[in-house]
Amino acid sequence: MRRIGDAPIVRRLLIGAALLLSALFLLLPLVAIFAQAFSQGVAVFWANVSNTFTLHAIGLTLVIALMTIPICLVFGVALAWLVTRFSFPGRRILQTLIDIPFAVSPVVAGLIYLLLYGRNGWIGSWLDTHDIQLMFAWPGILMVTIFVTCPFVARELIPLMQAQGSREEEAAVTLGASGWTTFWRVTLPNIRWALLYGIILTNARAVGEFGAVSVVSGAIRGQTNTLPLHLEQLYQDYNAVGAFASAALLALIALLTLAAKAGLEWRASRREAFS
Amino acid sequence: MSQLAFWRSGSTRVLPGFGLSMGISVLFISLVLLLPITGLFGQLANLSLAEYFAIITEGRVVASYMVTIGAAAVAALVNAVFGLLLAWVLVRYEFPGKRLLDALMDLPFALPTAVAGITLATLYAGNGWVGNIIEPMGFQVAYTWVGIALAMAFTSIPFVVRTVQPVLEDLPAEVDEAAMSLGATDGVAFRRVIMPHLWPALVTGTGLAFVRSLGEFGAIIFIAGNMPYETEITALMIFVKLQEYDYAGASAIASVVLFVSLALLLAINIWQGRFVRRLHGGKG
Repeated sequence: MRRIGDAPIVRRLLIGAALLLSALFLLLPLVAIFAQAFSQGVAVFWANVSNTFTLHAIGLTLVIALMTIPICLVFGVALAWLVTRFSFPGRRILQTLIDIPFAVSPVVAGLIYLLLYGRNGWIGSWLDTHDIQLMFAWPGILMVTIFVTCPFVARELIPLMQAQGSREEEAAVTLGASGWTTFWRVTLPNIRWALLYGIILTNARAVGEFGAVSVVSGAIRGQTNTLPLHLEQLYQDYNAVGAFASAALLALIALLTLAAKAGLEWRASRREAFS
Repeated sequence: MSQLAFWRSGSTRVLPGFGLSMGISVLFISLVLLLPITGLFGQLANLSLAEYFAIITEGRVVASYMVTIGAAAVAALVNAVFGLLLAWVLVRYEFPGKRLLDALMDLPFALPTAVAGITLATLYAGNGWVGNIIEPMGFQVAYTWVGIALAMAFTSIPFVVRTVQPVLEDLPAEVDEAAMSLGATDGVAFRRVIMPHLWPALVTGTGLAFVRSLGEFGAIIFIAGNMPYETEITALMIFVKLQEYDYAGASAIASVVLFVSLALLLAINIWQGRFVRRLHGGKG
């Protein structure tokens, strides 16, 4: 039986339009990043990447991402367990609250942290008298990065754990397994791929966050400059090739993220086909 | 056994970990999400109502609302059409490169916004690949309002595609077969049979894209040109005030942005909840 839009002309027209627009709108920018980064040759690209300040920015960015991931992971799993395995008043409110970081502008996110923990804030002024500085230093970068990335793991897990239901876990518990055993042996194997994808998304956003970090970092070269801030400085200094060298590194992480997603989806669809 | 009986009788909570997961979740949400917002209100408390209104209705700030809302609306509408087309093509047709196209859809989410920003600015500048073709034809994109809308559209396209796609996938083939066998043309069948199923998801996706565009910063500032009154977005106004150490001004504008985005988020959630409930016969 024929379906809507099956006529060969309609079909070719729509596919053609989708491919053309995607190529111009999405693929062209991706190609441009690498073309710009390598526009003066591999040696210049390498010199830009291995520059002291770039290396420091790469290091700081990776350390922040590595510290963000476990924190978001614990929170994401706890929240997903809570809202999918129990029903209690306020469950819907928790699920709405978790979306706040997606709706709030990154600049506003940075600002609210700066106001609270900066020298004039009510926590910041107390910290200041004890010589603890969080803002314009790496802890501030870490704090806002956690803010902007915390929904990803929970957002990946909640629909999956809701769909799977809690029967397997209930069976394990009624057969005498402890809570942790149930989690490690029953829950975790069921959610590991969604968990992995949540981590990949958290990492991609943590590595690339710009707006929130630029408010709280102070962007001191060689000290509090993350890779996105570093590339902004290079770009403003009219060093486009240098900026795009850093951009290419970040784009590479983005491409790996997309590849991982495609791989995980392919896996899931193959499993579905077999079962 | 008595323990089990206790669980069964008092509540439906067979599984352990309620206290622990509740503790972690509430602690985290309070410390990370809610506590910092009190800092904003603390700062606002230093302002009188008159001062507050003077800041948020200042000419340059109002101009930035207009630019931001206008560009975000255009970007969201363009994405509604483009996103619907992409979702349709990805679900309904088989063609070479489909996998790649599908993977490419998430690029704007995966690519850091600052990278998108400098890339779009470079492409559309007068000497860029696209700019040196379109500028002689009289289209200026970089450093104009159009550039802002373009950057917003780029960063928010996945919202529409990824919201519409699953709904379209779940639509059974009988739906269009019935329409076609009753003699409807493609256009009529799409409008009258497919769209009623699709539009709740399309509105949700477009709404999310709009909210995201209102707050976007990194992708926009490079291509915007940032001319006061003309191409300054509201997020940049907050940033400018901060660089002038005008924390009160920054907070006042931020409170407007925060209020609007949270109100929109709530509206989308309520709208989505209602539509899910209707689909599941009130069980939601």
